[in-house]
Amino acid sequence: MTSLTDPPAGSFRLSMLLNDTRYRSYTFQAIALAVLIVAFAYLGNNLLNNLRAAGLNISYDFLGTPAGYDIDQRLIEYDNQDTHGRAAIIGILNTLLVAVLGCITATIFGVLAGVLRLSNNWLVSKLMAVYVEIFRNIPVLIWIIIIYTVMTAVLPPPNAFRGDTPTSSMLFDLFAFTNRGIYLPAPVWGPGSGVVVATFIASVIGVVAYRRYATNLLYSTGRLLPMGWPSLVIFLVPSILVYFVMGQPISLDVPALKGFNFQGGIKVGAPLIALWFALSIYTGAFIAENVRAGIQAVSKGQTEAAGALGLRPGRIMNLVILPQALRVIIPPLISQYLNITKNSSLAIAVGYMDITGTLGGITLNQTGRAIECVLLLMLFYLTISLSISAIMNVYNNTVTLKER
Amino acid sequence: MKKSVFLGALTVAGMAAGAAAAGTLDDVKARGTLNCGVTTGLVGFAAPDANGEWNGFDVAICRAVAAAVLGDPTAVEFVPTTGKTRFTALASGEIDMLARNTTWTFSRDVDLKFTFVGVNYYDGQGFLVPKALGVSSAKELDGATVCVQTGTTTELNLADYFRANNISYEPVPIETNAEGQQQYLAGACDVYTTDASGLAATRATFEAPGDHALLPEIISKEPLGPLVRHGDDEWGDVVRWTLNALITAEELGVTSANVSEMASGSGNPEVARLLGTEGTLGEMIGLDADWAMRAIATQGNFGEIFAKNIGEETPIGLARGLNAQWTNGGLIYSPPFR
Repeated sequence: MTSLTDPPAGSFRLSMLLNDTRYRSYTFQAIALAVLIVAFAYLGNNLLNNLRAAGLNISYDFLGTPAGYDIDQRLIEYDNQDTHGRAAIIGILNTLLVAVLGCITATIFGVLAGVLRLSNNWLVSKLMAVYVEIFRNIPVLIWIIIIYTVMTAVLPPPNAFRGDTPTSSMLFDLFAFTNRGIYLPAPVWGPGSGVVVATFIASVIGVVAYRRYATNLLYSTGRLLPMGWPSLVIFLVPSILVYFVMGQPISLDVPALKGFNFQGGIKVGAPLIALWFALSIYTGAFIAENVRAGIQAVSKGQTEAAGALGLRPGRIMNLVILPQALRVIIPPLISQYLNITKNSSLAIAVGYMDITGTLGGITLNQTGRAIECVLLLMLFYLTISLSISAIMNVYNNTVTLKER
Repeated sequence: MKKSVFLGALTVAGMAAGAAAAGTLDDVKARGTLNCGVTTGLVGFAAPDANGEWNGFDVAICRAVAAAVLGDPTAVEFVPTTGKTRFTALASGEIDMLARNTTWTFSRDVDLKFTFVGVNYYDGQGFLVPKALGVSSAKELDGATVCVQTGTTTELNLADYFRANNISYEPVPIETNAEGQQQYLAGACDVYTTDASGLAATRATFEAPGDHALLPEIISKEPLGPLVRHGDDEWGDVVRWTLNALITAEELGVTSANVSEMASGSGNPEVARLLGTEGTLGEMIGLDADWAMRAIATQGNFGEIFAKNIGEETPIGLARGLNAQWTNGGLIYSPPFR
């Protein structure tokens, strides 16, 4: 009779680092990591030595000194006596502004074009194919410059609005389209306007609540309440009523030509429009392809099954196809949002003062602190990109297939 | 990833700083060409002609230095730089000298560690407006939209001027002169501001130059001159004294036409020292005896360079004004060759 003994307990010997396949890969990774660290340490040390030899040092003191330059496009107050740090914040806000606007419109363009490209209508689908192919295959910088150049060349200068018989006139006497940008009326908040705003916010919440209720009712009992017109009524009617009850407290500040420019109202500068529009249609073309891929990834049987149940095409798309397609669409969509944010750094081509224009452009050049500015820029873009990625991944987790 | 990107940038910067070591004169001699930073194109100061040959007032300085150091005015590699890239290009050693209508300021000299070797053009910032605008003074520009090149002293002066006069403006930041010209002509800005010489040069290229006027206000001092890196005084001396040789030549009446004649005996000892027939100035600066003669013979003296590129006979049409010799009531003045 044989007795089974335990196999000898594996004792770790140093030679196993090379001979044992279980450890060998770790050994080589550790060596590679060490070599990498030494190489970077050498280069970093070299940099610091060279800077010291040239009498330069890394210092961020310049962020606290007055910037001395003006910025046209800004979301918060800024004056040329404010610091370089504040100028950088203006730039950051401008970058975020164009990134957020760009992401929203690119998504709208992309979803529309992606869905329409699969349309049964030959003309519509071919038009969308042409749009996608043209915009995807020409660099975004070219688009930014083309749109900006066309804007400045085609739209009239403010001068054209002057005189007794101006060559251009304002749209509805409210909007002025000039080659410096678009001037819009700005709301003026009179006394009592708070109530109107509160009512408006309440009705938005009401719309969301109604739609959620309707969806729940549909899922639990199968009764389909109308969504479209009740939403619109809840959205608009109370606010309009309160607006008149309170005695029209909100009025409009219409831009008017005074001196060299239009004064009053809100100015949306030509560089912002050009950059925003170019980023939107360019990235929209990529998103269209993602959407198309997502839709085509959903089995055709789903459409046919939904059709057999008597659903109309629009509803099939909204209720059956798109929710399933989202699982395929969202991950590449994340990288398109990152692309918009990063491509917004091309802003300087049209003189839009984003973070690359302020901190990485004028501040860098006026102070000569190239290394410091570039490091800050990298830190900023990295933070933004990782944040977008994190938020979108949270959203992605909510639409992934729930396996139970 | 984060760390590696960070260190990657340090690497690039580190290599750039390493290249900026001393010994530029030897480097240039060994290389056989001079790397000279110029603008991306400003007619009269530095712009390539139809054959791709660089010409202009700043270009002549580069060529004079190449003639003095290498004996060949064509041995120049012209590196076009923008307002934003010029200092990095010089600091990193990509170019040996910068001759790019760059204003000599305290912070550039002291903080950015550059050495301005002299002034080849005394300029000031002005405003260009369409005559149709009906403006006769910069003080009337309240609320105007102003095109300005970013990253320049111009941008800072503009902010200071409007602030001091308590009027407002909207800046339109632009990158290059060509872009500014296009925006200005399209009416996207009411006013174009940069150095008055640059405005005159730009206006000369318009289809109807007569429709545009320079406002009388000159709002800043803009001494423009060539510059080199700190810490290489020998090379700084070469560029400084080449410029001074051109200036002195005009003062002493030495021209590209009569330079060889003057060298063979003019009786004026300073001319003899300048042209290397007497004394050892060339040896002291690390060059041969007729270094200055070559510069003057190939490029002409300061006055000739001015007249040929930007003077009143050219489309740019700049008067000598402040840039006349000190003997004619201007500011152009070279220390003696002694």
